Amino acid sequence: MSKKKFKFDFWSGVTLAIMAVFIIFLIYPLLSLVVQAFKDPGSESFTLANFSKFFSKKYYYTTMINSFKVTICVTVLAILIGAPLAYIMKTMKIRGKAVLEILIMISMLSPPFIGAYSWVLLSGRNGVLTRFLTNVLGIQNPPSIYGFGGILLVFTLKLFPFIYLYVGGALKKVDVALGEAAESLGCSGIKKVFTLILPLVLPSLLAGGLLVFMNSLADFGTPMLIGEGFRTMPVIIYDEYISEMGGQANFASALSTMMIIFTAGLFLIQKYIVNKKSFTMSSMRPIEAKKVKGMKNILAHLFVYFVVFLAIIPQITVMFTSFLKTKGTQFVGGSAFSSATYSFDSYKKIFEKMKTPIINTFTFGLIAIIIIIIIGMLGAYVTVRKKNIFTNILDTVTMFPYIIPGSVLGITLLVTFSKGSLPLGGTAIIIIVAFVIRRLPYTLRSSAAILYQLSPSVEEASISLGASPVKTFFKVTTRMMLPGVFAGAIMSWITVITELSSSIMLYVTKTQTLSVAIFTEVLRASYGTAAALSTILTLTTVISLLIFFKFSGSKEVSM
Amino acid sequence: MSVQIHVENVIKKYGDNVIIPNLSVDIENGELFTLLGPSGCGKTTLLRMIAGFNSIEGGQIKFNNDVINDLPAHKRNIGMVFQSYAIFPHLTVRQNVEYGMKMRKVKKTIMKKKVDDILHVVRIDTYQNRLPERLSGGQQQRVALARAIVIEPTVLLMDEPLSNLDAKLRIEMRSAIKDIQKKVGITTVYVTHDQEEALAISDRIAVMKDGVIQQVGKPFEIYLRPKNIFVASFIGHSNVFKATIEVLDKKVYVKFENGFKVEMTNLVDTVVNGQEVKVSVRPEEFTIGENGFKGTITSSTFLGKYVNYTVNFNQNIIEELEGNIEFTQDLNTFSKIFEVGGSIGLELNLNKINVYTADGQTSLIKGVN
Repeated sequence: MSKKKFKFDFWSGVTLAIMAVFIIFLIYPLLSLVVQAFKDPGSESFTLANFSKFFSKKYYYTTMINSFKVTICVTVLAILIGAPLAYIMKTMKIRGKAVLEILIMISMLSPPFIGAYSWVLLSGRNGVLTRFLTNVLGIQNPPSIYGFGGILLVFTLKLFPFIYLYVGGALKKVDVALGEAAESLGCSGIKKVFTLILPLVLPSLLAGGLLVFMNSLADFGTPMLIGEGFRTMPVIIYDEYISEMGGQANFASALSTMMIIFTAGLFLIQKYIVNKKSFTMSSMRPIEAKKVKGMKNILAHLFVYFVVFLAIIPQITVMFTSFLKTKGTQFVGGSAFSSATYSFDSYKKIFEKMKTPIINTFTFGLIAIIIIIIIGMLGAYVTVRKKNIFTNILDTVTMFPYIIPGSVLGITLLVTFSKGSLPLGGTAIIIIVAFVIRRLPYTLRSSAAILYQLSPSVEEASISLGASPVKTFFKVTTRMMLPGVFAGAIMSWITVITELSSSIMLYVTKTQTLSVAIFTEVLRASYGTAAALSTILTLTTVISLLIFFKFSGSKEVSM
Repeated sequence: MSVQIHVENVIKKYGDNVIIPNLSVDIENGELFTLLGPSGCGKTTLLRMIAGFNSIEGGQIKFNNDVINDLPAHKRNIGMVFQSYAIFPHLTVRQNVEYGMKMRKVKKTIMKKKVDDILHVVRIDTYQNRLPERLSGGQQQRVALARAIVIEPTVLLMDEPLSNLDAKLRIEMRSAIKDIQKKVGITTVYVTHDQEEALAISDRIAVMKDGVIQQVGKPFEIYLRPKNIFVASFIGHSNVFKATIEVLDKKVYVKFENGFKVEMTNLVDTVVNGQEVKVSVRPEEFTIGENGFKGTITSSTFLGKYVNYTVNFNQNIIEELEGNIEFTQDLNTFSKIFEVGGSIGLELNLNKINVYTADGQTSLIKGVN
């Protein structure tokens, strides 16, 4: 009778369509990247020369050592700051907690390289802080923002919020009774934190740690702006790619391949550990923030305020700078706070000359987010409700972009589509494709998560009332999925409009986006216009976030 | 327009795992038919096959004379009430009830009248503009029922509809369901694991175990004359005694292990002298008397109208390992309450007790099998 036969219906059509998008724009480019990596630039024959070139020259292989040095240090520091911060915020009453949490979120979601850029404004060679230290305090050779230390500072301040959010989320699920049980068994104070709380939040800590690691390993803007002699892998990939332009990009492909192998390996290790260690927690009585008195209270407040202040400095600096009067690319009267003159010059300039990047960011972003939401909802539905071998593959493939550094994705797309049967190089389409591929996972994951929570019986009820399954999806399922979809889409949207590492590879003058424009302006040392553009971008981010909070009634985004 | 449902030699498999090996049953027009059994017996699976949410691996299901095996669920014109109610959370009560009629493109004026009527029948008209999250469990259940009935389905399917309600509401809702079902006159298949609920609500019950129907019958038939020991123990409580048949002068006796012997006049003719049997006695089928079993009361539970005792016998005359039986004393007929630790003599109400073959599979009472 009706055995499990393959019927071509709407949902298999959806599965195939999404699969096709990912095969064309992700799998095929990645495969050709790997193939390129093993090819000799001249003769096209297979060789390991590209890899041996990397490991034989100190100039190249030190970038790898540098990358790991930075990432490991950043991850450790971010954990050391983020985890205690989460613990303090969840267990103690801190004044202005709601505002602090939004500030932390903003610092996490603002464009990554703006941190580097504003620290240059502060303590770069001509920075406010630098001049204050040398001229006023007479300190020669004040600490430099350039190089390893600077990258470390910028990354840590940018990335500790991931740890904060993950650990905070896990702490919310710890039942008070667990702590009370530990105390009744004679374990309290610091001992309780290390023997009970820490193991309970460890899986989340690892997941957050992985995110920090991946982000700092893949970030391109920060080391490019302030690395100077200290070069990391994404920087060298970019440099090599630019210098190979017109050639086959074989060496850059080899470097990219190695990056992907690292990140994939790391991802698998983390997944293995989390799977082994995972357990489910649900708390009937979540930990409550208690009022603490005396020295402990003061220290906790100092710590929290100091960290949040440091994290938010870039945004303040950038906004402040954007209102400074400029002449050419220089600030009139210097950028010192005391002697500054204020004007809207920078804004006037960008609205006269740089409208394209602003318009591009919003048009490309909107198109991308619409596609992301559509694919995200349909994709989540087929992977959750229509489980079969194809949708399982789809589920895995759509998660790939999590582990592929943006610059690598940019290169693969460019190498594949700059010529050949589908010449998309230099078009808006290729940038939108990069946005969609790279930022879909947030929306997809969050849509799938809410779908798992929805009982299929509501959909069956609709079917039993005479709505066909497809009609049911559009009339009932989509409506119930919306909160989860939006929680993910807000992350997709914000990361799309602040995207740099892939679009820097893919842009041409007419497809410049805000992030790319800021980046090139900073490189050109037009700090005023860069600051004004950054302010627009940051404000868009903040407003998007606030609108989302307002409508969803929640204070959480989904990652 | 209500129908008969014919389930003919139906098979359900998940891979190699057979849930329903071969099941046939006929459900009459307009009756409330209950599938009753422990969890995992296949009752919900069968219901979902009728609904169209589970595929059918063999046999056929017919509504009247039409085979519906390959008809998709949304074209079967069924009304379904789910265990979780499955109310659309984004629609108001009224919009929930209207949903199915909108799918059928019913005229606005007709729809309004029908929805008004059904909201009134299930007594939720006062909440009609509320969102479901602000309704209690019982109210949600009424919405689910109204939504399923208003489309005038050919059959109504109910999957453990009362299991999420508290005890008092459950009793109130089951009479509401029964009333409404009779008023509308629709063929209804009702799934539950609660035997008391099944007895109270059903016109007929099918008791299922391991994907096989053990017995189909009216509630009193199933309770009074279970076809096998499983049904006897699953519906209500049964104490099972080991015994032997003795035929003397054409009279048939059942002789218990302690020597107690009773004459049975309603056993089938096939029983032979010396045949081992099982006798199932419900707690209320004992009478107090000195000629039967002698035992010690080990506990007593006072329940108002009744007292429930557990009684321990020294001899190994019953099935259960503990050697305890349950005896219910109706306080209308006896006024003396026994003390724990005291001794008691029990005899049997011979019209009520049931006798089975030694394997417990077949009843030896005339007219049952």
